[in-house]
Amino acid sequence: MDLRAYRDIAWNGWWKQNPGVVQILGMCPTLAITTSIVNAVSLGLATVLVMAMSNLASSLLRNFIPYEIRIPVFILIIAALTTVVDLAMNAYLHSLYLVLGIFIPLIVTNCIVLARIEAFAAKNEPLASTLDGAAMGLGATMVLTVLGAMRELIGNGTLFSGIEMVIPGAHEIQVFGGDYPGFLTFILPPGAFFALGCLIAGRNWLEARRQARARSNPPAPQAPSAPEPTSAEPA
Amino acid sequence: MSQSTILGLSTRTAGAMMAFTAAFTALMAFTYEATHAQIAASANEEKMKLITEVLAANAYDNSLLDDYVQLGPTRELGLDHGGRVYRARKAGAPVGLLLEATAPDGYSGDIDLIVAILPDGTVNGVRVVSHRETPGLGDYIDPKKDKDKKSPWIGQFSGLNPATLPLDAWKVKKDGGQINSHAGATISPRAVTNAVARAARYAAANRDRLFGAATGASL
Repeated sequence: MDLRAYRDIAWNGWWKQNPGVVQILGMCPTLAITTSIVNAVSLGLATVLVMAMSNLASSLLRNFIPYEIRIPVFILIIAALTTVVDLAMNAYLHSLYLVLGIFIPLIVTNCIVLARIEAFAAKNEPLASTLDGAAMGLGATMVLTVLGAMRELIGNGTLFSGIEMVIPGAHEIQVFGGDYPGFLTFILPPGAFFALGCLIAGRNWLEARRQARARSNPPAPQAPSAPEPTSAEPA
Repeated sequence: MSQSTILGLSTRTAGAMMAFTAAFTALMAFTYEATHAQIAASANEEKMKLITEVLAANAYDNSLLDDYVQLGPTRELGLDHGGRVYRARKAGAPVGLLLEATAPDGYSGDIDLIVAILPDGTVNGVRVVSHRETPGLGDYIDPKKDKDKKSPWIGQFSGLNPATLPLDAWKVKKDGGQINSHAGATISPRAVTNAVARAARYAAANRDRLFGAATGASL
């Protein structure tokens, strides 16, 4: 594996195959926990940890796992590592743990985790697999963060509320002043769907524009990278 | 080896599965062992943080979390599975009771509370320990989520005493009482208000029994 292959893995996770806005996997936490930036980033980083570790473990063990029972073993790996992260957060980030509550154990059932093991870690070497897990997790975290920011800002008029649970002494930002009435719909589930829809549309628009540019001047020497046949459909 | 029977295949894969299970269970057990003391400490610290908000730390000098009575299921406190009452003392004299109480009729399930009651029956403070009320609507019962940081909603209970405040007044205004609530979000504050009223009456009626029982006793 050369450097370009690693770059492609990262690019896949962050943009091309982003779990949140392209693969649309792992929607339960994406929609449920994104009521504030702090919640979104915290759960996102917990997911990154679980994904990187479970991809690494699965890749290391891939030659010892009988094909017939690979799914139960993968789930076992994910469940065990999620338990580890859950216990560690409970011990060392207790107030944040109380806020995220049930969503940390639910990382076990976040389908993006199993999807990356099955699609990537089961066939690739440990280093690349770890990177893939981390990149996919970060891609999901980016979506969570933007969603959390949109919903918190519009719904509540603040940013970083609850930051004192992670960084003691830090304060939230009242963006629109203290008397912002709030826009409850954005905090409630419908706001999550609405914000995610906007995000997917925005990502598609950016991607379409990028492709149109790439087509209009194909031999551009500074094109992002050669092995990116983004799609083969006719112009 | 070439003839793979269902039994042989099951045995082999079950063996592999057990090996993996043993390995990962060991990992979980190790992590549990390494974190459980810290988790208990964090939970206690969290509890003490809430307790400090309802009863000043310099008001008592005993080891509060160790001086408790264990209650069985107590309907007056909404405790279906029992709970604890912590006794605060200064130089041996009672200075307050900290009751765990549950409001069973929140908008989305139970609202767990901690209520501090002074020996004369006055409510010293109330805090929400856990709840699942609607974010941005009913969750102002928790001062962390209350927009009014200067005089959070839950502060209204401080100083109320069931001996002097008639039961009819110990209700949200919508029900004819004197407790304020935000328009359009009455269910959560009503649940908390009624639970605090019940807890205050329970504490007043059982004060001597609660203070007198031996540490760790089950009532």
